[in-house]
Amino acid sequence: MTDKLSQSADKVLDHYTLFRQPEYAAMFEKKKTEFEYGHSDEEVARVSEWTKSEDYKAKNFAREAVVINPTKACQPIGAMFAAQGFEGTLPFVHGSQGCVAYYRTHLTRHFKEPNSAVSSSMTEDAAVFGGLNNMIDGLANAYALYKPKMIAVMTTCMAEVIGDDLQGFIANAKNKDSVPADFPVPYAHTPAFVGSHIVGYDNMIKGILTNFWGTSENFDTPKTEQINLIPGFDGFAVGNNRELKRIAGEFGVKLQILSDVSDNFDTPMDGEYRMYDGGTTIEETKEALHAKATISMQEYNTTQTLQFCKEKGQEVAKFNYPMGVTGTDELLLKLAELSGKPVPASLKLERGRLVDAIADSHTHMHGKRFAVYGDPDFCLGMTRFLLELGAEPVHILSTSGSKKWEKQVQKALDASPFGKSGAAHGGKDLWHLRSLIFTDKVDYIIGNSYGKYLERDTKVPLIRLTYPIFDRHHHHRYPTWGYQGALNVLVRILDRIFEDIDANTNIVGQTDYSFDLIR
Amino acid sequence: MSLSENTTVDVKNLVNEVLEAYPEKSRKRRAKHLNVLEAEAKDCGVKSNVKSIPGVMTIRGCAYAGSKGVVWGPIKDMIHISHGPVGCGYYSWSGRRNYYIGDTGVDSWGTMHFTSDFQEKDIVFGGDKKLHKVIEEINELFPLVNGISIQSECPIGLIGDDIEAVARAKSAEIGKPVIPVRCEGFRGVSQSLGHHIANDAIRDWVFEKTEPKADFVSTPYDVTIIGDYNIGGDAWSSRILLEEIGLRVIAQWSGDGTLAELENTPKAKVNLIHCYRSMNYIARHMEEKFNIPWMEYNFFGPSQIAESLRKIAALFDDKIKENAEKVIARYQPMVDAVIAKYKPRLEGKKVMIYVGGLRPRHVVDAYHDLGMEITGTGYEFAHNDDYQRTQHYVKEGTLIYDDVTAFELEKFVEAMRPDLVASGIKEKYVFQKMGLPFRQMHSWDYSGPYHGYDGFAIFARDMDLAINNPVWGVMKAPF
Repeated sequence: MTDKLSQSADKVLDHYTLFRQPEYAAMFEKKKTEFEYGHSDEEVARVSEWTKSEDYKAKNFAREAVVINPTKACQPIGAMFAAQGFEGTLPFVHGSQGCVAYYRTHLTRHFKEPNSAVSSSMTEDAAVFGGLNNMIDGLANAYALYKPKMIAVMTTCMAEVIGDDLQGFIANAKNKDSVPADFPVPYAHTPAFVGSHIVGYDNMIKGILTNFWGTSENFDTPKTEQINLIPGFDGFAVGNNRELKRIAGEFGVKLQILSDVSDNFDTPMDGEYRMYDGGTTIEETKEALHAKATISMQEYNTTQTLQFCKEKGQEVAKFNYPMGVTGTDELLLKLAELSGKPVPASLKLERGRLVDAIADSHTHMHGKRFAVYGDPDFCLGMTRFLLELGAEPVHILSTSGSKKWEKQVQKALDASPFGKSGAAHGGKDLWHLRSLIFTDKVDYIIGNSYGKYLERDTKVPLIRLTYPIFDRHHHHRYPTWGYQGALNVLVRILDRIFEDIDANTNIVGQTDYSFDLIR
Repeated sequence: MSLSENTTVDVKNLVNEVLEAYPEKSRKRRAKHLNVLEAEAKDCGVKSNVKSIPGVMTIRGCAYAGSKGVVWGPIKDMIHISHGPVGCGYYSWSGRRNYYIGDTGVDSWGTMHFTSDFQEKDIVFGGDKKLHKVIEEINELFPLVNGISIQSECPIGLIGDDIEAVARAKSAEIGKPVIPVRCEGFRGVSQSLGHHIANDAIRDWVFEKTEPKADFVSTPYDVTIIGDYNIGGDAWSSRILLEEIGLRVIAQWSGDGTLAELENTPKAKVNLIHCYRSMNYIARHMEEKFNIPWMEYNFFGPSQIAESLRKIAALFDDKIKENAEKVIARYQPMVDAVIAKYKPRLEGKKVMIYVGGLRPRHVVDAYHDLGMEITGTGYEFAHNDDYQRTQHYVKEGTLIYDDVTAFELEKFVEAMRPDLVASGIKEKYVFQKMGLPFRQMHSWDYSGPYHGYDGFAIFARDMDLAINNPVWGVMKAPF
């Protein structure tokens, strides 16, 4: 024992420095050799190498039951996100209470914002007798305490397994005066064992629209010039929804976003806590029935909702997280077609600037190989943008991806010579992707924070461009949609490429001849 | 500097005002969970460990969170299956910063998410067959796994699956412990029952079915650390002190822990418990069954650390007692320097705490060491014995809130305007928007360790940086 301590008041050592000090290193070694009864270093090294092999990949891809590090969450968090895009709306999750704590935490860690939602806190007795009383008391309490303009009800898997009937329960609660009879309480059944968060999003949007538009088919609903737009579950919603509104302003189109979380998930710090902020108003939601068309930015987030819009006589258009030049072109052309207004000169100018930026930088992306993972729509949009940059998407993976989705990705790959080495992997997870990257190396990974484990294992740099991003701050405040958004995405990719080159050329006298000042 | 005004508030009146907002039935129920501490009280005077009221925005989690998230998840050389739909494991994936050393994916799995990803057919026809397959696949792809736990999500208990039968069959087949845990989220009223169920599973499926390692050689100085989850390295900055006074830490429960450490625990001379709430059950069991005494200790802040080191040393011989004094003396200059640096910046600052298992009381004296005051504290999932243990840490007039709702906490903080709120991620941004400095006291706000002397320096620095950051000063626009 020396008298010199590593820790000091002058220079406080954080965990990432403290535990590298010799006294801790010795302690770790002793714990390992005397108490852990682990496997030998040789055995660990051997198995580690094996996990990187073709043989391992074959076994890994033969999995039928266990899912490891998936790129999907469960329905209710998507439903909650959808509900939080409406003005003054409090999500009410019917079922076990722990789920709500998880959803709130997850969304908060990404957006760095408060996230409000309540639970009906069902326990064993409710599992036996049903959760009707929880609904009755819960709605009354939520309404009294949090003064919402709307309460959107969704379910956890517990309530789904025991078969609680939301429609009946809500009617019952209204009869008991939990909330006023005319108070909007839309609902959606969101079983966690069907689909994923994007299906939950779809169900909740449809539930809210159904509440205000009615269930019946009516192809002759009177129409206005308005166009609705549904963004889908999007970690960049704060930046993206504002960008969409700006684009609509340039166009002079009346664009109504249905579920706009951009203000609710980006409130100012000025001394006042806003439990609710912004969002699509109830009036706007009602009016949206009469829009001539509804655009979905994410097809797989809106399958049922778009069908419902069709049944109200609306024209519908769907995109797959459109990014980049042609992705944005297609969106703007659709807006032009639906509105009868030409694409404004200002946006044409932005397009020219984006193309100029790509031309300035294209040499650094041409031929670079990428793995892309995330939600189905994001993967499609990202793949198309990469192809457009002359980059090569190689592994495109989504746990929520279906056979249909795989075909869509393949079609996009087939349309470009840069798509030759690409393949789509629907229903696969990040442990599959680990095998793919080890056996067929890429230069960069595009995904979310969970990808940092892949980066650590494979040493392939990660670019964080989709939800959730927990370990980097504020990216979600910048758009990824529109020409401006494409420019942001371009800069993120380029920065990572340049940082990577610098990190690999910085050894003095050995590799730093390429440590270029000018690129 | 914080803009908080430390005006005197009639706290009793405040509680009544806040309760006014509730419908009558809920008001009566909530009133029993709120109290202002009176002099000479024998406990905190609040009801605890009862069901949360629907619709009020409780901050609590569930039994699965208590078992998978807290107790089992950190055991690094086992794979913990989130058995049921995909979400529970997804949201709790890497959520708690239980640091560990190991080759993740090869001999350790702490920051990975394994799930049986239930689909509708699994609900309808049962998931036992799938579970068999899940375990087979895990054992094939991760041959160095030393054991597997099955962490039940809500549907498992509702559809009547027999995971115990699967566990027995598979354990025999793969020759490794397979441990079923009935921690469905609807059980109990909070995380707390999940801790208990997880403890019981260790009792029934580890202690009852395995033996300590044959080559394990005991010494008279063998102790364990029980109830330290190694958040940001807490167990490490604790362990180093116990080793320095001459003790041998044969097991960590469960931060950076291994199955072998659990198995060897019955060899300990004494079990040292940090988080009493989550692991007192297993300590009591070992006392009964193996005659191992247990002792609670507190490694937050120098006053409690010194007191705990002396109490621990008192259980051993004079050599250990002398060592404890030497260790306390060795760290004293660093402690003095930390206090000299930070106390002038923190003295008199008021703190409101709302967290989980042990911290609403255990961190109190660490704040006191820095000259700070606690004006309110409460637990998410405490039982009455926790509130009994709290009473001597806090002074008359302190506001006590059990299973506080988001509404109540917001109103209390707004009225009392402490200089710092110490709570969780769901609360953090609410209070920052109100202009109040905040520290997450579950995850140490991504900092830590906070345990031990090394951790105290970080704790003091963190409280200072939260309270004395210039951002609070620019909050109000000059126009």
